[in-house]
Amino acid sequence: MIDTRVIVVASAAYLALLFVIAYFGDRRADRGRSIISNGYIYALSIGVYASSWTYYGSVGRAATTGVGFLPIYLGATVMAAGWWLMLRKIIRICKQNRITSLADFISSRYGKSAVLGGLVTVIAVAGIVPYIALQLKAISNSFTILRGEPELAMTVAADPPILTDTALYVALLLAAFTIVFGTRHLDATERHEGMVAAIAFESLVKLVAFLAVGFYVTYVSFRGFGDLFGRARSDPDLAHLLRFGETQSYGSWLWLIVLSMLAILFLPRQWQLAVVENVDENHIKTATWVFPLYLLLINIFVLPIAIAGLVTFGSGGVSADAFVLVLPMADQQAMLTLFVFIGGLSAATGMVIVETIALSTMVSNSLVLPILLRRRSALADGRDLGRAILRIRRATIVAVLLLGFAYFRVADDALALVSIGLISFAAVAQFAPAILGGLYWRGATGRGATWGLLAGFVVWAYTLPLPSLAATGLVPESFVEDGPFGVGLLAPYALFGLDGLDEVSHSMLWSMLVNVGLFVGLSLTGRREPAEHVQASAFVDAFTHVGGGADARLWRGSATVGELRVLLARFLGDDGTRAALASYAAGTGADVSPGAAAEPELVQHVEALLAGAVGSAAARFIVGSVVEEEPLAVDEVLQILEETSEVLAYSRALERKSQQLQAATTELRHANERLQELDRLKDDFVSTVTHELRTPLTSIRAFSEILSDNPDLDPTERGDYLRIVVQETERLTRLINQVLDLSKLESGAAEWHIEPVDLGEIVTTSAHATAQIFREREVDLEVDMPGSAPIVRADRDRLVQVLLNLLSNAVKFCPRETGRVQIGIETRDGVARVDVRDNGPGIADADREVIFEKFRQGGDTRTNRPAGTGLGLPISRQIVEHLGGRLWVESHAGEGATFSFTLPVAVVGAGSPAGAEAREGET
Amino acid sequence: MNDRLKTARLVAVGLLGLALFNFPLLAVFDTDAVVAGVPALWAYLFGAWALVIALLGWIARSR
Repeated sequence: MIDTRVIVVASAAYLALLFVIAYFGDRRADRGRSIISNGYIYALSIGVYASSWTYYGSVGRAATTGVGFLPIYLGATVMAAGWWLMLRKIIRICKQNRITSLADFISSRYGKSAVLGGLVTVIAVAGIVPYIALQLKAISNSFTILRGEPELAMTVAADPPILTDTALYVALLLAAFTIVFGTRHLDATERHEGMVAAIAFESLVKLVAFLAVGFYVTYVSFRGFGDLFGRARSDPDLAHLLRFGETQSYGSWLWLIVLSMLAILFLPRQWQLAVVENVDENHIKTATWVFPLYLLLINIFVLPIAIAGLVTFGSGGVSADAFVLVLPMADQQAMLTLFVFIGGLSAATGMVIVETIALSTMVSNSLVLPILLRRRSALADGRDLGRAILRIRRATIVAVLLLGFAYFRVADDALALVSIGLISFAAVAQFAPAILGGLYWRGATGRGATWGLLAGFVVWAYTLPLPSLAATGLVPESFVEDGPFGVGLLAPYALFGLDGLDEVSHSMLWSMLVNVGLFVGLSLTGRREPAEHVQASAFVDAFTHVGGGADARLWRGSATVGELRVLLARFLGDDGTRAALASYAAGTGADVSPGAAAEPELVQHVEALLAGAVGSAAARFIVGSVVEEEPLAVDEVLQILEETSEVLAYSRALERKSQQLQAATTELRHANERLQELDRLKDDFVSTVTHELRTPLTSIRAFSEILSDNPDLDPTERGDYLRIVVQETERLTRLINQVLDLSKLESGAAEWHIEPVDLGEIVTTSAHATAQIFREREVDLEVDMPGSAPIVRADRDRLVQVLLNLLSNAVKFCPRETGRVQIGIETRDGVARVDVRDNGPGIADADREVIFEKFRQGGDTRTNRPAGTGLGLPISRQIVEHLGGRLWVESHAGEGATFSFTLPVAVVGAGSPAGAEAREGET
Repeated sequence: MNDRLKTARLVAVGLLGLALFNFPLLAVFDTDAVVAGVPALWAYLFGAWALVIALLGWIARSR
């Protein structure tokens, strides 16, 4: 319908446009003004997920299963919600460790294992080849259809000779295109800004093209969604498309969602664009919703187009995979058809370019280089290895595309587009346990990852691609039907008799079972290598991990800066090396002159630089070739880890200290409050003392003045006045003595002569000393003493002072003639107690504690002031408390008062003569 | 909104999507009913999908 030359020119023009965009993008990147540093461009570039499978295949699948094309996109949407959690962590790890491919990621996580990296690469290539074949098939079929009539879509089954097969030339053209795009130079970051810009543009083109054809078919050819769905409903052959139907089960629907959740992260092209090409982590936030929106938009017309195709051509007339192209063709819409073709070309080329670039990085860095470097001679001959790597990559791109072409030739019409794609999805899903486990489980080991991957891969190969070849005749039908050698249990679509699942669910079930099983099982039973310990924490704790430090010490060896410089130059070129070392020197102030010995940090930096270009496993080999590395023993790694835990312990100790400090601060604050209170009390005390001193002074002064002013005073009057002066002076002296005494006691400056003292003897002495006062006031004193008075440890004179105080207080308040004071001693539970009871007026409840305060006396002090200084009781209490006892009063107003004090007993005296004397001394 | 909360909300929406897009909710809408000219199942799937995207956009864009 459309002239071949027009198609070729249009395609070439489109590819040229892509190249211009890529070139422009690279130029801008070189000048440091990135055009892809934008969340929407990032999201669009991830739209590479929608390949020919989506563009042509979804309609094909919708034509047989209705909504069955959707789970692949719904799963991707679900996973997009987890990107901020998971993808961000992966990106962080990759940037910290300069990881540039999925194989490198897994290898690096498990101790930079070269074997694991190689295995991942093999699985990725084997898994992706069918997917690339799918794209080739889509391009070549659409080309054939476009040239001829719609009906030709049926007849492509007749394979043309290889050399006239369009797909071969498509493959070669794409290879050339990818080489120019993706392997222009070797870069330590392995980023391709121009390519990303072109891919984002392609995403836009395919979306617009698909929406255009969808809109045309739905609203121009037919009368909208309602019309198309209405026709489907009234047609008994199509009505089932509107329901979930019997063609699919909820189980396989769920499996497809799970598969696509994994594929959206682990397909090499998704990894390349989402992880390696990511400019800024914050772009993930935009992609989280823009990318699912993109998928929704590109799918909204899928079912309507499928119904339109089935209504127009009937089932079986035209391959449903070609409806998108054939519907506008049938309406003679040449321009629209060409646009749709270009859109399909976008979908296919975008996928192929990114996928092969990602695979070529893997193959060169994780497969070929480690093998090459095992032979040290490869490093010894001094070639420019950077070029060698680029050559390896270019060869890989060509090889992968030719492999895809071969698969396309062999399996061409055996499968629909979607079925081929699902085989690839199931292959990359095998990476999930190793990657997700490696991200979040510290205990995951390289051994578990290796065997899990290997077993999962084998099961996948046996249950999906192998039997799919049966349709081509390469594998006998009986192999699929009856199992190898007629062993039914090994039939690839019904392993161990597990029947009734669709083939993808079946394969996923078994491969995941052995993969996860071995991964977890071997990780739990095996030991981790020293290098794995370090990498595990670098990955699992990516958000808190601080590079350098402990890691740098893992390189213990000697090399000069010159040697490293030569090494780097062979991969990055002279200019690149100079710039890299200069920026390192500027950043750290390290000596980078050629003769200097390289510090471990520099060696590590060089390894990181190389890891960006050649992968971590190869980088370790290469650096190892010049650095005389001493093997790092397990105990040294453990020591490093121990030091880390020591640091942790320090920080915990610090935390504890700061808590203690906080507690101390609180205490100090309380103490300060108490201090201020005491200060206030001291001020009160001083003012009270001055007041107390002034009273006798005033009276002494007054009487002295009278005496001096009136020399001719009556001698009796004169005698009275002089007596008052003497009394007041004595009172003043007593007061001053007591104040001094109290201050000594309070400051702790008082001298104490602690010795065993017989309490009975003290009581007797005190009673004798106060006998005169008692007699004067005609008050009775009774001493009630047990046979043996207790011995206490005390200062004898002080204790006498206490008792004198209590006795003189008692007699002071007792009524004349009827007054009675009793002293009692008793010992109970190792505590001696002395009671001094009087029958005076008693003490009001409110005053009971007040009287123990300085200068405070019971009653109304202004009107009814008893004699005394008001310091006796406070001093007594101080003394008793110093001796380890208690002094208190029990009293009720009007019923007398009992002052009691206790002292701990030192020795219970065995009958003291002092006791008998005391009784004799009763008055 | 702090980062931990944003992450948790996004993951929660993902789980919501997982529930909305699967059995048994799917079976509830697997009927012959028609909503505004389109089949209930199709309308439900795209409606739930749009809801999830709207929630993701709202959470991802909020500060």
